[in-house]
Amino acid sequence: MSDLFWIFASAAIVTNFVLVYFLGLCPVIGVTNKSATGLRLGLATTFVMVLASLAAWVLNTFVLAAAPFLRVIAFVVAIASIVQIVELFVKKTSPSLYRELGIFLPLIASNSQVLGMTIFQTNRGYTLLEGLMFACGGGLGITAVLSLVGGIRERTDLAPIPAIARGPALVFMIVATLSLAFMGFAGMGAA
Amino acid sequence: MSMIKASSGPAPTTAAGILTRPFWHENPVLVQTLGLCSALAVTNAVANSIAMGLATTFVLVGSAIIVSLLRKIIPHQIRITTYILIIATFLAIADMSLEAIVPDVHKAMGPYIALIITNCIVLGRQEAFASRQPVPLATLDALGNGLGFTIALLMMGIPREVLGNGTFLGVHVMPRSFEPWVVMMLPPGGFFMIGLLLLGANWRDLRKRTRAQLAEAMAAEAEAATTEAPEREVAVV
Repeated sequence: MSDLFWIFASAAIVTNFVLVYFLGLCPVIGVTNKSATGLRLGLATTFVMVLASLAAWVLNTFVLAAAPFLRVIAFVVAIASIVQIVELFVKKTSPSLYRELGIFLPLIASNSQVLGMTIFQTNRGYTLLEGLMFACGGGLGITAVLSLVGGIRERTDLAPIPAIARGPALVFMIVATLSLAFMGFAGMGAA
Repeated sequence: MSMIKASSGPAPTTAAGILTRPFWHENPVLVQTLGLCSALAVTNAVANSIAMGLATTFVLVGSAIIVSLLRKIIPHQIRITTYILIIATFLAIADMSLEAIVPDVHKAMGPYIALIITNCIVLGRQEAFASRQPVPLATLDALGNGLGFTIALLMMGIPREVLGNGTFLGVHVMPRSFEPWVVMMLPPGGFFMIGLLLLGANWRDLRKRTRAQLAEAMAAEAEAATTEAPEREVAVV
């Protein structure tokens, strides 16, 4: 039980997907103008990651043992299909949420976070339950970072920032500071 | 998601221009901010940066040739899926070759080799260039972008390894008394480094723009002076 907890905690905080593994930096630049948008996209990513973790486990257990060199192709196709299904589902059940997420929902398919998560899960030989905890923790860690960066950027909107530091350069400086702060968790648990 | 800025100059028309523009003026990482995940993750050592740059170049060139050859056959509706399958094929080749040739570097890079497939540069070039151009031009464009990516990786990898570890490609280069800045090797160092490089790119951009404005203003003044001058002469006469 404590193993499961530490897998969750280290995926969310100690080895945060964005701040430590550098996965999914495009949404960090693209969607963090507002804290709330970042939060919503993070939750959508978490949902896709949990499904992808399940799919990766099924593929690893029943299919890929025979052909390990097809792993990346199989994962990419599985993730793309999952995102497609989620998109259809959201469109059908909640058109307003669908409109709000817009282009970023399909773009989860080309997001390195989901693929990276499935590859980490495979390399570390997680069981189904461990994989699901890993996906959940990783997704919530991403959500936290997206909304944190969004919150800081909302503040900088009103600050007198020199023209030279506008745009992605400032975002990366913010993320660097956050990453430095998260380094404080390094070494906790069984990372 | 990627932020694609409008290119600063006119589109290159010559073969040499297609090859060399991505080196600096349209650098995929520094100017277009594409492919950042792999750019940041592996640049804590120069050897890893070179391996990642070359692997990406190989995947880019290989898939650009195939996409360009098949550009009239691939149905428009499923083109992205087709590109991804072609890229994944070359990725598998690159992955296994690296594992066979430099197992240490392959191990150090971990899952990031597989993540070349989600590098926006690779898919972006297929969609924007290779799917519309003949094979020789597509090859040049892919080669230029791959090398531009490698240049950007080295611009991050060299300072990070020299400052963070005091070594260059594993050889000590800093004086013995130098205390390594360990933070440069850690993830925050990568974020700081790309932030600094983007600041530099911003600075260059701003300077170019103010110079262009200055030149325009001076030209307008000169023009005004030449048109005013004869009138004044007439007035004197």
